[in-house]
Formats: sequence, C-alpha cells, structure tokens
Amino acid sequence: MTASPQQQTAQPGAIISMQRIDKSFGPVQANRDASLQVMPGEIHALVGENGAGKSTLMRILGGLMKPDGGMVEVNGRDVTGWSTNEAIDAGIGVVHQHFMLVPTLTVAENIVLGHEPLKNGMFDAARAIADVTALSSETGLAVSPARKISELSVGEAQRVEILKTLFRGAKILVLDEPTAVLSPPEVKELWTVLRRLRDAGGTIVLITHRLDEVMDLSDTITVMRAGRTIERLKTSATNPAEIARAMVGRDVALMSREAAAFGEVPAVGADRVYPPNDFSAALEVTDLVVTGARNTRVVDGVTFAIQPGEILGIAGVEGNGQTELIEAIAGLRKSVTGNIRIAGHDITDADVAERREAGLSHIPEDRHRRGLILDYSIADNLLLGLQSEFSRKGVLDADRIADNAQTMIESFDIRPPSPELPARALSGGNQQKVVIAREMGQDFTVLLASQPTRGVDVGAIEFIHDRLRAARAANKAILLVSAELNEVLALADRVAVMYRGRFAVVMPASEATEDVLGEYMIGTRKVSAA
Amino acid sequence: MTSEFREKLEEALFPPFVALLVALICGDLLIMSYGQSPSSVYRLLIEGTWGNAYGFGQVLYKTTTLAFTGLAVSLGIRAGLFNVGAESQLAAGGFLAALVGLALSPAIPGFVAIPLCMIAAAAGGAVVGAIPGYLRVRFGAHEVIVTIMLNFVVLALLNWFIANHLHVPETLHTPEIRAGVVPRLSQYIPAFHGSAANLTIILALIVAALVWFGLFRTRRGYELRAVGLQPDAAEYGGVNVGGIWFRALTTSGAIAGLGGINYVLGYKHYYEDGFAGGSGFLGIAVALVGRNHPVGVILAALFFATLSQGGLAIHAFVPKQMVEVLQGVVILAVAMSVPEVRQALRLARKPAKA
Repeated sequence: MTASPQQQTAQPGAIISMQRIDKSFGPVQANRDASLQVMPGEIHALVGENGAGKSTLMRILGGLMKPDGGMVEVNGRDVTGWSTNEAIDAGIGVVHQHFMLVPTLTVAENIVLGHEPLKNGMFDAARAIADVTALSSETGLAVSPARKISELSVGEAQRVEILKTLFRGAKILVLDEPTAVLSPPEVKELWTVLRRLRDAGGTIVLITHRLDEVMDLSDTITVMRAGRTIERLKTSATNPAEIARAMVGRDVALMSREAAAFGEVPAVGADRVYPPNDFSAALEVTDLVVTGARNTRVVDGVTFAIQPGEILGIAGVEGNGQTELIEAIAGLRKSVTGNIRIAGHDITDADVAERREAGLSHIPEDRHRRGLILDYSIADNLLLGLQSEFSRKGVLDADRIADNAQTMIESFDIRPPSPELPARALSGGNQQKVVIAREMGQDFTVLLASQPTRGVDVGAIEFIHDRLRAARAANKAILLVSAELNEVLALADRVAVMYRGRFAVVMPASEATEDVLGEYMIGTRKVSAA
Repeated sequence: MTSEFREKLEEALFPPFVALLVALICGDLLIMSYGQSPSSVYRLLIEGTWGNAYGFGQVLYKTTTLAFTGLAVSLGIRAGLFNVGAESQLAAGGFLAALVGLALSPAIPGFVAIPLCMIAAAAGGAVVGAIPGYLRVRFGAHEVIVTIMLNFVVLALLNWFIANHLHVPETLHTPEIRAGVVPRLSQYIPAFHGSAANLTIILALIVAALVWFGLFRTRRGYELRAVGLQPDAAEYGGVNVGGIWFRALTTSGAIAGLGGINYVLGYKHYYEDGFAGGSGFLGIAVALVGRNHPVGVILAALFFATLSQGGLAIHAFVPKQMVEVLQGVVILAVAMSVPEVRQALRLARKPAKA
C-alpha cells in the first residue's frame, strides 16, 4: 500500500497533476486535500462512493469550478482555476453523466456544435457529415451522422458525446460514471473504444464506483473517500478486496473510538433464537421487482422477511439497487411486481401515508432531499409525516407540537436545543438526530434505516447505533442499509449482500466476515444462499 | 427566543426597506431628468394620496384589488407554483359575480345576495385556476405557460360574451346590477365621498387573515409549504404533492376571483370588459415585494396602490408613465437586493455571535 504522504508529491511526467485540492459548498466539504496524478497514455480509474468528491475534483479539472485551495497542473503548466474554454483548448474533454446534447439536432450537428464548418457564411451540413464520418471510422466509434439525437439509444448518445470531445481535439478524456446507464453489451463496446483510444496515445480518466470495471479496464487507480484521496494503486498490483476496503473501509483515525463502541456488542446473531416460522414476520417482501431508467431491473426479484426484534443488514457497493429497494418499500417508488407486507397487512398498493399508519418508519438515505425540510424549524421537522396526528380537525395543535419538540430535543440530545431553529442551521449529526427522533420517537413496527450514520460525527454514530439496538431490544424489525461494512456487521443479526439488483447471499452475521462479504459485493462470489 | 424573533423581523423588514431606498434614488434621478425637484414631486404624490380623504379612499380601493391578486399569487408561490393567471381569474370572478347579481331580484336583501355573489366570484376564479392545476398534475404541463395562455382565452371569451350578449348599447359593460351591491365607505365616513373605496376591503383583510391561518396554522398549510420548499421531502412525509398543487392553484384562482367583487359590486355596479386592467399582473409584484406573507402582501398592495394613485396626482409635472417606471424599478430592486441584503445582514451578525 502506498503511504499517504507520498500521494501529495507530484509524479514526474504526469499529464494531470492535482495537488492538495480543497473545495467546499457552504458547510459541505466536497474535496479536502485531494490529489490526483495521471500519467500520459493510461486509463486511470477514480473510484469512491457517491459523494466521495470524485465529480467535484473532475469539475475543477474541467474548469467548471474553481478550487478553494491547491494546485492544478496539466502538461506541467499551472492552470489552477482555469475556465472551461481553456480546459477544452488544452485538450481536456469531459463526458458528463447526463448527456449535454441537443435532442432535436442530428448527430453531426451536435458533434460540430461550436466549430461548425462554413460555406459562404452558411452552415455546411455536407461537410459536417463528412467530417464526422471520417472521425467515426478513424476512432472506431460507430455513429449515424444524419440521425437525430432523440432517436438514439443511450449507448449511441454516449458515443456521440465522446466523439464531440474528440472533435474538439481532446487528448485527455474524462468520463463520469459512463456505465451507469449502459447495458452489458454496450459496456463491452465502450471498453473496446476506450482501450483503442488509449493505445492511440490518449489519456483517460474514468470515474466509477464499480470495482469489476476498475479491475477490467484501468492501469492505475485513485481511491477517494469523504473528499480525500485515500490510495493510489497500480491495478496489476492490487485486488478488489483491497480497493473495496479503501473505498468503504474505516478511517484509521475514526476507527479506534468506533471500535470501542462496537466492542461492547457480543457476537451478534450467534445465540439469538428466532421464531420457527415466518407467520409472525414484521416485514415480508416477496419477489419484488423495480425498474429504473430505460426499463432496467434495478431491483430484480428480491424476497426476504424480517422478524420482530431482528436487524437485517444489507451490504453492497452503492448503486446495486439498495436505494430503489428501500424506496419501493417506503412507497416512494412504484414496484412492478411483487408483494410487501407489514405484520401481515398487504401494503403493496398503499401510499406513503398509509404505510406510515401501518407501522412503517423510514430514515431516508438523503436527509437534505427527503428527510428534512431545511427551512422548517426543528419543531416542524419533527412532525413531517406525522402532521395528521398532530392536528385536530385540520388545525395544527401548537401545544402538542411544542411539547413533542421539547421531549424529542431532550431525549435525542439535539443541539442546540432551540425548537424554532431552522434545520438548515444544525450540524449534520444533529440534523440526523432530528430525523431519527421523528422516526424512532413514536411507535412503529418496521424501521427502514438507510445510511443512518452517513456524514455524522463519531459521537452521533455511537448514539444512533445505541438507538437501533434499543429498538431491536424493544422487538422492532429493522432493515438496515449501510455503505459501511463494519456498521452492518456490528448491528445486523443477518446480513444480505445486494449485487446488481439481487440478494447475492443472506447469512447470519456471526458467519460473515468483511472478506467474504467483500467478494459477494464485487461479484467474484455468486452463490445464492437465500 | 426574543433575539431570534428580532432577527426574523429584521430579515423581513430590512431588505424591502433597502429596495425602497434604491427605488427612491432612481425616482429622484428620473424626476430630475424632467427638470423638476424631487422633493416637490414627492410632496405632491403624498398629498394626492394620503393627504386627503378622497385620494386616500382611492388608494384603499386600489389596495383592495391588489390585495386579492397579491394573496392569490403568493399562495401559489408558497406551494412552489407561479400563477400568472390572476388577471383572467380576477376577470372571471367579477363576471360570474355580475351574472349572479343581475339574475337575483333587487328585492333580495344584501346579507343574502352579497354572499351569493361572493360564492360566484370565488367559483369563477377557482375554475380558471383549477384548469392549470389539473393539467399540471395530470400531464405535467407547466403552470406558467398554461396560466399565461389561459389569460388570453378567458379574457377573449369574456369579451365575446359581453360584446354579443350582455352589453348596454354603445358600451362594453353589463346593465346595472341592483342585487348584491357592496356599500361604499362614504356611507359610513362622509369624508370619503366620491371615492371608490367600499366594504370589499374588509373582505380582503378577512381573506388575508384566513390565508395566514391556513398557511401557518393548519395541516394543509404545513403540507403546502412543505411541497413548495422541498417536494421530495413532502412526498416522503406522506403528502400527496399533486393534490396540493391542484388545491393551491384552485384556491389561488378563487382568491383572485373574489377580487372582482371590488370593482363590479363595490364600485361600478356593472361588469365592464377589461376592468382587471393589469391588477392581476401587478399582483405578482405585490406578492414578490410582500415576500409571500399575507401581512407583507397587504402592505405591498398599499404601497403599489399609493404609487398608482399618486401617478394621477403628479402627472401635471412629470408624465404618469414615470410612476410606472418607478414601479418597475421597485420590483427589480426587490428582486435583486433582497437575497443580497439578507446575506449581508447574516454576515454582519456572524462576528457578533462568535
């Protein structure tokens, strides 16, 4: 493993050298002391989970954002804080996750946009088509120049995006999660194209969080976590488990206190006695299928049951259907087929409010988008989803709301303890406490806990873990999804690994180790034990 | 608690104040460009509006219509919707109120006839508001486009109906309405004699109070504001986002429609084609300057009504259009300076707290 101080030093001969990059958005630090060294002629994978700061780093490279601190060098020239036009002129081409194409124009028109060939001052369509055809056969990126973008598949549209950057003379290609929207054969095609571009002397930076792709394609790997650069690895000298550990593993500084918290737990799951059958299951999910964009099956036939007093943990690399599974159970996303029951009641077709009434609580993975209304006060946020219970004949009961806020602030230690403060003003940990107070402070049968400790400090992590254990002791059923493997292992009685929309394995937590789970997470082990 | 309240009050009052100051300076420059003295023109403007009972009555009358359209637009914005259709909703409300007023026998007492006309006015506006609401929820059609286009459709339909079926010859208005007429303020305070101010202003204040109560004290209001701020979080909280959108636009239309009472039953006692005269569009500015709070909306309505009436008072010295330019400057100043000033205010506070 590379020692971290060395990562900061520039590699001689690097074509891209980003050093000690800092960038924050308000209170959120997207990059802190991040660095990236890319050698000419290599495919460099930039890996890390959602929110690790990969895209921000690439936006800085592409001139879309200016860093708060640090230095960016391209071809040995200091270009810190340059503009997008300067980046394009210097040969950097960014292919965004969301395509930047004009759907009503043709492929050729999109590719030459901004550099249109002219004849007598008019757009020369024939020349544009000829130029694009030439470039297409030169690079092996097959496209039909005269078709409209709106008629293309995603894979074709992506080829157009790549051609567009090459047409502008890109020598360094940055691809942001290029496979997120592609089907497996389209991915294979893309790989061929990228290898050919590299072999022709191009440099490629690939942003991804899928380890199989990284191993398959890249020459060098930079791992990011929580805005920092964790490791720089040679692909030939590493293995998926090592990358996974760097991606989702624990921070060393954080580790000691967290381990102390986990240490109190006896071998979970080992000596627990379950009811002998599923009749008393608190949550039953049967053959659930959820489709995403372009009719891909993001949740592909998942079946499980959780007993009262049990925590089922779902591990997995993000983007394997965990989010969609939780949203489908919560009623925020339509399921195509399958059945969901809470304590025997069928809630498959119920709306969000009805599911809550049936005893469902939900800690959402994104508290800023879903879990909180940032401009509402703490008191008002504590009633989101419970607004009917806190009103009489349609009028909000101010006294009970104030009492509730006071009680929750005290018992969940929300700081500062001012009920009228907007949620926006709280720290991440205290915002999460507001969500947890609301979802766990009232009676419930089933709790969906999605990334319950994401972005909160160590003290709050311990607090949240204690709450989850207390809820299990009180006979609640909990479905826990976490990107932190050690969190799943520490809390869950059974662990399921989700891979490409399915449960790759379900096993008692007592039998699970990080290494075994890691192999299921990246798909190198594929036994369905469920 | 008290310091938080003071901070909130500062944030509510300080930015519009700065905006006014900016507008005032622009006004000075405009007036001087006509070779007039700003102080004497402003004095004339105040004397013509707040300085005498008739002028003040006219201000109150104009405030009333603007309060309705401003409240209508602000309710939409609270739900995250931009209702640009208050103009045609106002007209439709006035039209239906006139129809009911004409249909009723003059013998029917006011306490029966006026509520019936009010229901008709609200219903007229509500229908015009419900259409974009339905289209938004059912087909995702953007309410801005639909409300703008519906203005043309509704106003043209009303024009056709009046011109072909219901006008007094040589005019574009209906015959005089005898049932459901709202008394003028001058019946109670003789000094207002001659001004159009009428009791509809009480209705405006009641509606403002109801909007405030509805927004901040009821479950639906809680849900509506949640939808306006973060639709994803509202959905997570079990709120039917589409249902809120439909209700918000319908209610918004109903409020704008009620404003039609002011002209039709309070002032002229007939429906006249084009009576809305831009009050619906000015309602957008009123909502904006009033920061979408019912109290702010009433104050902003008073302010714009003063400017509008004041324009008549000063047009011997400067063109009346100057006041319209000034209105535009106020809107721009508020739109641009409010976020900036609030930011500066927060920055200025920070070191004091640290």
